[in-house]
Amino acid sequence: MKRFVIKEFLHIFRDTRSMIILFGMPLVQVLLFGFAITNEVKDVKVSVVDPAQDEVTTAIRNSLFSSAYFLKGEILYSQNEIEESFRKGKNKMVVVFENDFAGKLGRGEKPSIQLIADASDPNTANLVVNYANGIINNHFQTLYTNPGLPVVVPEVRMMYNPALAGVYMFVPGIITVLLMLVSAMMTSISIAREKELGTMEVLLVSPLKPIQIVAGKVLPYVLLSFINAVSILLLSYFVFGVPVNGSVVLLLAESILFIVLALSLGILISTVSNNQQTAMMLSMFALMLPTILLSGFIFPVENMPDILQWLSALMPPRWFIQIIKSIMLKGTGLAYFWKETLILIAMTIVFILVSVKKFKIRLA
Amino acid sequence: MNSAAYAIEAQNLVKRFGSFTANDNLSFFVKKGEIFGFLGANGAGKTTAIRILCGLSKPTSGKISVAGFNVFTQAEKIKQRIGYMSQRFSLYEDLTVAENFRFYGGIYGMSRDQIRQKTEEMLGKLNIAELRDTIIASLPLGIRQKLAFSVAIMHSPEIVFLDEPTGGVDPITRRQFWEMIYQAAASGITVFVTTHYMDEAEYCHRISIMVDGRIEALGTPAELKAVHHALSMNDVFIKLARKAVNKE
Amino acid sequence: MGTSEYAIECASISKSYGKVKALQELSFSVKKGEIFGFIGPDGAGKTTLFRILTTLLLPDTGTALVDGLDVVKDYKALRRILGYMPGRFSLYQDLTVEENLQFFAGIFQADIRENYYLIRDIYEQIAPFAKRKAGKLSGGMKQKLALSCALIHKPVVLVLDEPTTGVDAVSRREFWEMLIRLKNDGITIVVATPYMDEATLCDRVALIQHGRILATDTPQAITNAFPWQLFEVKSTDTLNMINLLKQHPEVHNADMFGETVHVSVKPGRISADDLFSYLQEHGHLQSEIIQGNPGIEDCFIDLMRMTNE
Repeated sequence: MKRFVIKEFLHIFRDTRSMIILFGMPLVQVLLFGFAITNEVKDVKVSVVDPAQDEVTTAIRNSLFSSAYFLKGEILYSQNEIEESFRKGKNKMVVVFENDFAGKLGRGEKPSIQLIADASDPNTANLVVNYANGIINNHFQTLYTNPGLPVVVPEVRMMYNPALAGVYMFVPGIITVLLMLVSAMMTSISIAREKELGTMEVLLVSPLKPIQIVAGKVLPYVLLSFINAVSILLLSYFVFGVPVNGSVVLLLAESILFIVLALSLGILISTVSNNQQTAMMLSMFALMLPTILLSGFIFPVENMPDILQWLSALMPPRWFIQIIKSIMLKGTGLAYFWKETLILIAMTIVFILVSVKKFKIRLA
Repeated sequence: MNSAAYAIEAQNLVKRFGSFTANDNLSFFVKKGEIFGFLGANGAGKTTAIRILCGLSKPTSGKISVAGFNVFTQAEKIKQRIGYMSQRFSLYEDLTVAENFRFYGGIYGMSRDQIRQKTEEMLGKLNIAELRDTIIASLPLGIRQKLAFSVAIMHSPEIVFLDEPTGGVDPITRRQFWEMIYQAAASGITVFVTTHYMDEAEYCHRISIMVDGRIEALGTPAELKAVHHALSMNDVFIKLARKAVNKE
Repeated sequence: MGTSEYAIECASISKSYGKVKALQELSFSVKKGEIFGFIGPDGAGKTTLFRILTTLLLPDTGTALVDGLDVVKDYKALRRILGYMPGRFSLYQDLTVEENLQFFAGIFQADIRENYYLIRDIYEQIAPFAKRKAGKLSGGMKQKLALSCALIHKPVVLVLDEPTTGVDAVSRREFWEMLIRLKNDGITIVVATPYMDEATLCDRVALIQHGRILATDTPQAITNAFPWQLFEVKSTDTLNMINLLKQHPEVHNADMFGETVHVSVKPGRISADDLFSYLQEHGHLQSEIIQGNPGIEDCFIDLMRMTNE
């Protein structure tokens, strides 16, 4: 058993390809996603619906457009026109002022500003809205220092993606994808490689029990995947300032749970593939794509058609993403996601049982 | 066309990989229509030399021509005029007999009619015309090897390279295979063959034995046995190969 | 430890893959402490048989006992006492010689020092390359390492599937020398080979073709049972001579054997002189004919022809 684990480590450390997948990929992925997601807003086209056209709304418009962030788009008049302009991609955000804006403000009422953003690109939408919010708040604070006056809080509405995945959503997503990839793909490939090279034959004709072979394969990857998860967290914290609001210990514990789950999935895949290529293809199509597409990493689950929502309920990454999102972004504790955790535990047990059961003690 | 008497002329062929010399100054000539046995222990440098002669790899130095073409500058022309078969890769297992013929004939630019005619001719010779639409994978190894050889010579190459063509084949098929080799040689095709079966070495017109990247012996089987005071080619081979210094 | 005198007992083992009958009603037994060879071409069923013996495959019918243990029921116990070298090189190419040996000792929970005496002669030849990766070894060296790894837990029965295929004549000879030493250490060895000449190195052999055993016996007994008289003929135009000889009414068959042609005839019907004059009449003036002794390959060819007919 000990020898087996040592051997696995030797395989991994001697294979440049494995090393790249293990350690190069997290780095590249995090940096890629991190930088590809625009953290800066510049020259974003913003249109305006301003039936009042009074001095207050004009002033707000001026401070919006005098910033380097926004470019003046069209002046719109109706709801239909807003839809139309978004669909044509003419702007990223529309600022809607209420009728008789200055008048209401003068009467001590709270006139409303609505910020409608195109959230099909949720990160940009979020940023744009935040900037606009900031500018508007700033505008009111500097102009109306009188505390008696009501502060106008813009009402924000996200089009096309009302739930709005957060800017930092990519970190939980990447952790999930990478843990899935590294754990499942690497184990399934490494078992399939033994079959392909014929070494599995020799292992089978030895006193090793299936559970020992499985454990020997899994242990090194639990450790490496864990190191991976930690390094992604560190990277995103130091390079992009993504915080972990909740308990780090809990986060790591949940990660280990997910790693074990992914590994048992990898073993399951290897029981049905006889060579590395099949294992790779299966991991790609059976794990990677659903992880990316159905887990809510890129497309919010809530917006999916029912069938896909049910499908996504079967995807372990979906639950894991929810869990780490809660811990990292919301800072909540186990009380809020014990259900998700139980689902993951149940899935893990099923996968382990099935894969040990399916692990063949003979050839063919 | 190559009008010289030799199908292969190799003078001072040297191939180095870094500091390792795989082929150390090989010189040999293979006559047209000759069956030339190319023997050597594992790792003696046979595969490297065959790759060079087939135009797949460039030698470090030397003056080498195959079918009258220079291996340095005319590798593509060489490939057109040779056939190749190895124990490992020969035919596409998931294609039928006829499809394999069609594919390889096509590679060498044979016309449809030529291919059809050759296919019938070759299958007729092997007495297996009825197998033309059979998937290769379902045929016994012996027949596959014979088919692979037929495919390798269907475009009437000047030289055919056979890399351990009879490995693992039953003794009757092995002999039938050698009869095919004799027939090919009689029709003017030069045969360059490697084998681990020492009795097969006796079937060759001439043999070279490589040890540690050098040709240690070259001649007819009878000559070699006489020179090395041996009763069989096996003895000759063992006497020479045991001398190997760097067996690694 | 089994108490019978047999290390392996097989009774009507059959195995099919779909329509292909890989093994048909195979029965044989291997005595303790002998080298038992399965001689036959690729596709004869040797690998399938060996996988059944090593508990890797289940037979469709029949029973097989190895050291008294059933290959189906007692597979766990059997896996402790088997040494197995598959046909393909099946060590870890990216591990060094040393690491491979340690690994295999580890999974069998064997003590390298305790069993080193078994592999000393073999391992010392590769020990200078202990730090080299297994993938970078030459064919002969890989063979030796694989054998060392299969032996390190001191198996009762050693199963070797074509250990000498693709290996040159020198390495083959060395490999057989090692097997004979292991036999003297008391290990029962079952070995498969396509090389007919290796049969004489075994205590007993089974000639196998198309999933059937053609004959089982000592090499000597098999060649003694050769039903024909054999002549070795040498001449210049071999192909032509073979065809000529086959046309002779008393000749059963004629096959190339190296530089000679082996001619089998019904015993006592014609002499070497008769053949000589027959050849001379047909233009082979310079032939050389001697009485020959059949080898395993002669027997194999003959048995193959008999079953094919």
